[in-house]
Amino acid sequence: MSLVWLILIPMVGGLVAGLVARKNESLCRWISLSALILDSGIAINLFAHHWLGLDLPTSTRWLVEFQVEWIPRLGAGIHLAVDGLSLLMVLLTLFLGIIGVGASWTEIKTQVGFFHFNFLWILSGVIGVFLALDLLLFFFFWEVMLVPMYFLIGIWGHENRQYAAVKFFIFTQASGLVMLLSILVLVFTHAAGGELTFDYMKLLGTPMDGTFGLLVMLGFFLAFTVKLPAFPFHPWLPDAHTEAPTAGSIILAGILLKTGAYGLLRFVVPLFPAACQVFTPYALFLGVVGVLYGAMQAFAQSDLKRLVAYTSVSHMGFVLLGVFAWNDYALYGVVMQMICHGFSSGAQFMLVGALYERVHTREMGRMGGLWTTAPRLGAASMFFAMASLGLPGMGNFIAEFLVLAGLFKVSVTATSFASLGLIAATIYSLWLMRGTFFGPNDKQWKIADLNARELSLVAALVAGLVFLGFYPQPVLKAVHPALEALQQSTAQAPVPVAMNRR
Amino acid sequence: MNSADIIALLPLILLTLATIAVMLAISFKRSHGLAAGLTALGFTATFLLLPAISRVAPHPVTPIYLVDTFGLFFSGLLLAASLVVTLLAYGYYETRSGFREEFYLLLLMSAMGGLVLVGSTHLVSLFIGLELLSVPLYTMVGFSRTARRSLEAALKYLVLAGVSSAFLLFGMALLFAATGSMDFSRILEMGRSGDASSTPLMAGLALIGVAVGFKLAIVPFHLWTPDVYEGAPAPTTSFVATVSKGAMTAVLLRLYLLAGGVIPDSTVTIFSILAILSMFTGNLLALMQNNVKRVLAYSSISHLGYLLVAFLAGGEYAVEAVTFYLTAYMVTSLGTFGIIALLSDREGEPELLQDYSGLFWRNPVAAGLFSLFLLSLAGIPMTAGFIGKFYLFAAGVDHSAWLLIGSLVINSAIGLFLLPPDCRFHVCRSRRKSHTNPSAGKRSGKPARADARFCGYFLVWGLPRVPDSSDPQRDNRLNSAYHSF
Repeated sequence: MSLVWLILIPMVGGLVAGLVARKNESLCRWISLSALILDSGIAINLFAHHWLGLDLPTSTRWLVEFQVEWIPRLGAGIHLAVDGLSLLMVLLTLFLGIIGVGASWTEIKTQVGFFHFNFLWILSGVIGVFLALDLLLFFFFWEVMLVPMYFLIGIWGHENRQYAAVKFFIFTQASGLVMLLSILVLVFTHAAGGELTFDYMKLLGTPMDGTFGLLVMLGFFLAFTVKLPAFPFHPWLPDAHTEAPTAGSIILAGILLKTGAYGLLRFVVPLFPAACQVFTPYALFLGVVGVLYGAMQAFAQSDLKRLVAYTSVSHMGFVLLGVFAWNDYALYGVVMQMICHGFSSGAQFMLVGALYERVHTREMGRMGGLWTTAPRLGAASMFFAMASLGLPGMGNFIAEFLVLAGLFKVSVTATSFASLGLIAATIYSLWLMRGTFFGPNDKQWKIADLNARELSLVAALVAGLVFLGFYPQPVLKAVHPALEALQQSTAQAPVPVAMNRR
Repeated sequence: MNSADIIALLPLILLTLATIAVMLAISFKRSHGLAAGLTALGFTATFLLLPAISRVAPHPVTPIYLVDTFGLFFSGLLLAASLVVTLLAYGYYETRSGFREEFYLLLLMSAMGGLVLVGSTHLVSLFIGLELLSVPLYTMVGFSRTARRSLEAALKYLVLAGVSSAFLLFGMALLFAATGSMDFSRILEMGRSGDASSTPLMAGLALIGVAVGFKLAIVPFHLWTPDVYEGAPAPTTSFVATVSKGAMTAVLLRLYLLAGGVIPDSTVTIFSILAILSMFTGNLLALMQNNVKRVLAYSSISHLGYLLVAFLAGGEYAVEAVTFYLTAYMVTSLGTFGIIALLSDREGEPELLQDYSGLFWRNPVAAGLFSLFLLSLAGIPMTAGFIGKFYLFAAGVDHSAWLLIGSLVINSAIGLFLLPPDCRFHVCRSRRKSHTNPSAGKRSGKPARADARFCGYFLVWGLPRVPDSSDPQRDNRLNSAYHSF
C-alpha cells in the first residue's frame, strides 16, 4: 500500500495546493513542499528497511509489491513494485522535487496554484513510471508526465516557450505512440502462446526473434531514447530546457531524462535480449556520437541554459553506452550517472536560474567577472562545473569511470572515443566559468549573492555529490540485487547477451 | 400486435407523444422553457425506460424492426446525446429572440429517426430511419434564418443529402433486383453464397456504401462537413456530429454482426483506402483551418477514419473497439461543441482560434474543460479518448492490420500538431492578448466597452513597444491601466 501512497500523495498535494493558492500563495508553496517531504519520508523509510535488511523479503526480487486488478478484460492490472533501482530513482525524484519547489519559491509569481499542481503531477507521473510493472500502467504514467510538463513550459517559460512546449510535446507523444504499438505487439505475441497480459514479469522471456523482434524493440528504444535523449532524437531538449522555468529545467534534466534511462534498463534489454545483442553496435555508435556531439554543441552555445542543456545530451550518451555494454561495471556506472547527473544538472539549472533572476539575461556575452560581485554563486557554479567535467571526488567521476571500464570489455574503440568526451567536458565547463564568472567585471554588474534559501539547496546538492564521490557504496549496494536480477533475466534468454562480446 | 410489441416499441411511442406534446404546447402558448422542458422530459423518460424494455429483448417487431440489447444500448447512447443537445440548445437559444420552439420539435423527430436506424434489420426501416433523421436536420442546420452561412450550409446539406438518398434508393432497388429480398441477413446470406448475379449486387452495395459514407462524412464524401459544421448553429452541429453519425455507425455495426464479423476482402481493400484517406485528409486539412468549427469538422472526418480501422481489423475486439470509440467520441464531441455553445451569445459564436486566446484567464472552467475535451480527442491518457484509441490499436494489432495501424500512428501524431494550437491559443496566451480581441468571450455591457477602449489604448500605446508577456510586472501595469477605464 505504501507504493500507492507514494504516487497518490503528490497528486493529492498538487490538487490541494492548486485550490489553496487562490487564498494564500505562500501556503500553497508550503503544502507542496510538505507533500514532497511526507512522500520522501515514505521512500526513506523503505530505503532504510532495505539498507538495514529489516523485515523485508530478500529472497524475492521485489522489496515491496502491490497488485490489484484494473481492466481484467484486457489483462491489465495495477502492479507496482519497487527494487533497489526504482527506489533510488524515486528518492532522486523526490529530492529534486523538493529542490525544484525551493528554486521556484520567488521565480513563479503568476498562477502559483496551477504551477504547483502541474509540478506535483509531473512528479507523481515520474514516480509511477519508476514503480509500474504493468506495461499499460507504465504507459499511462509515461503520458501523465507529459501534459503537465507541457503546461509548465508553455505557461511559465521564457520568450520562445510556445515553440519549445509544442516541440517537446510532439517529440515525446509521437515516440510514445510508437511504444504503445510495440507494447501491444509484444502483448499479443505473448497472448498467441497463452495468456493475454500486460504484466512485466509474465512478459519476460516472450520469444521475439529476428527482424520482427528487432522492430518491436526499436519501438521501445525510440520512446526511451527520445526521452534520454540520444543523438538523433535530441532536438527537443535544448529548446525545452532553455525555455522552461527553473523548476521545470531542474526536473526535466534531473528526472525526466532518467525515465528514459530507466526504461532502457528495465524494459528494452530484459524484454528483448536477442534483438539488443544485434543492435548493440549501433546503439554504441549512437552513444559515442551523442557524447561527442553534445559536448561540441555545448561548446558552441552562448546561451547559458542552452549550454547546460547540451551537456545533458553528452552525459546521457554515457548512459546509453553503459546500458548496451550490459555488464556489472557499466550498469553500476549507469545508475551512478543517473543519480549524479540528476544532482549536478539540477544544480546547474538552479544556479543558471538564480543568475537569470538577477541579471535577466542568459547570454554569456553580457556577463563576465561576476565572481567579484557574487562569490558564493561563483563558487557554487565552479563546484558543479567541476562535477560535470568529472573531477575525481565527485559522484560523476565514479559514474563515468565505471561506464568506461565496463564498456572497455565490450568495445575498445567505443571506449576510446567516449573518453574524449571527458576532455570535451573539461573544455566546455571551463568555457562556461570563464564566460560568466571570471575576467574583469566590464559590464559593472552588481548583483545579490546567493541567499540562505538558495544556499541551503546548493549545500544539499554539494553534500550529496561529494558523499557519492567518496563513498558510492550505499548506492552500489542498494542496486546490486536489482542489477543482478536484470542481468539474470537476460542470461536466461536463449541467446547470450552482449556482455560476452569482445 | 401484442403487448410485447407495444413494450418493445415504447421508446418510439414515447418520443412520438413528446413530439405531439411539444407541437400542441407551441400552438397554445409559445414558451421556450416549456418546449425545451417537454423535450428534455421526453428524452429522459425514454432513456429511463430502456432497462425495462431490455427484459423483452430480443424481440422482432414486424420483420423490419428488431429490439435487442445492441439496439437498446445505442438507443440509450443516442437519447443521452439528444438530451445533452436539448440542454445546449436551451442555453443557446435562450439569449436569442425569434421562433425557437420548433427547434425542439425537429430535434425530437430527428432523434426518433436515429432510434429507428439502430433497430433496423431491413432496407425499408433503414430508409425510413435515415430520412426521418435527415429531413428535420435540413431545417435544423438552417435554423438561424437570418445568418447567411447557416442558410448556405442548409442548402448544401439539403442538396447533397438528397443526392445521397437517391444513391441509397437506387442501391436498394439493385439489391432487391439481385436478391429478391430486402432483409439484411437474407441479403448477406445471398451475397456470401454467391447465389445472386454478382454485378447488380455489388453495384447496389457500392451505391449504398456511398450513402453511408456521406452520412459518416468519410473521404471522398466529406465535402459537406466543414461548411455544415461551420454554418449550422452550435447545438445542431453537435447533433450532426454525434447522433447522426452514431446512428449510422450502429447500422454498420449491426451489418457487421449479422455478417458474423466477416468482411469480404474486396470490401476490406476499398474501406481501408477510404479509412486511410479520411485520416490523412481530415488531419492535414484541419491543420490549415482558422475556424474552430471547421477544425473540429475535419478532425471528425479523421476520427471516423479511425473508427473504420476497428471495423476492418475485424476479430473479437472489433465490436468492443467500435462501440467504445464511438461512445468516447460522442461524449467528447458533445463536450467541445457544448463549450462553443456555452461561450456564444447573441452576437455570435466564438469561431476563430483567436477568439479563444486568453480564455484560460477569462473563464478558467470553460478553458479547462475545453482542454480536457481536446486532449481526449487527441487520445491522451486519463481521458476516454485514450482508452478508445487503445482499443483501436489493440483491434488492429490483433488482426495484424499493419498498414492501417501505421496510418493510425502517423495520424495520431499529426493530430497532436492539431491539438497544441488550440490549447496554446486559449491556455498559454497572456492576459494582455485577450483584450486585443473585443469579440472574444464574455461580453456584457460595461466590460465590453472597457475592452474596446482598452483595445484602442493598446493599439495606440501598446503596439510600438509590445511588452514582454512573460514579465509579470508589465502585465500588472497593463491590468491596472485596463481597470482604470
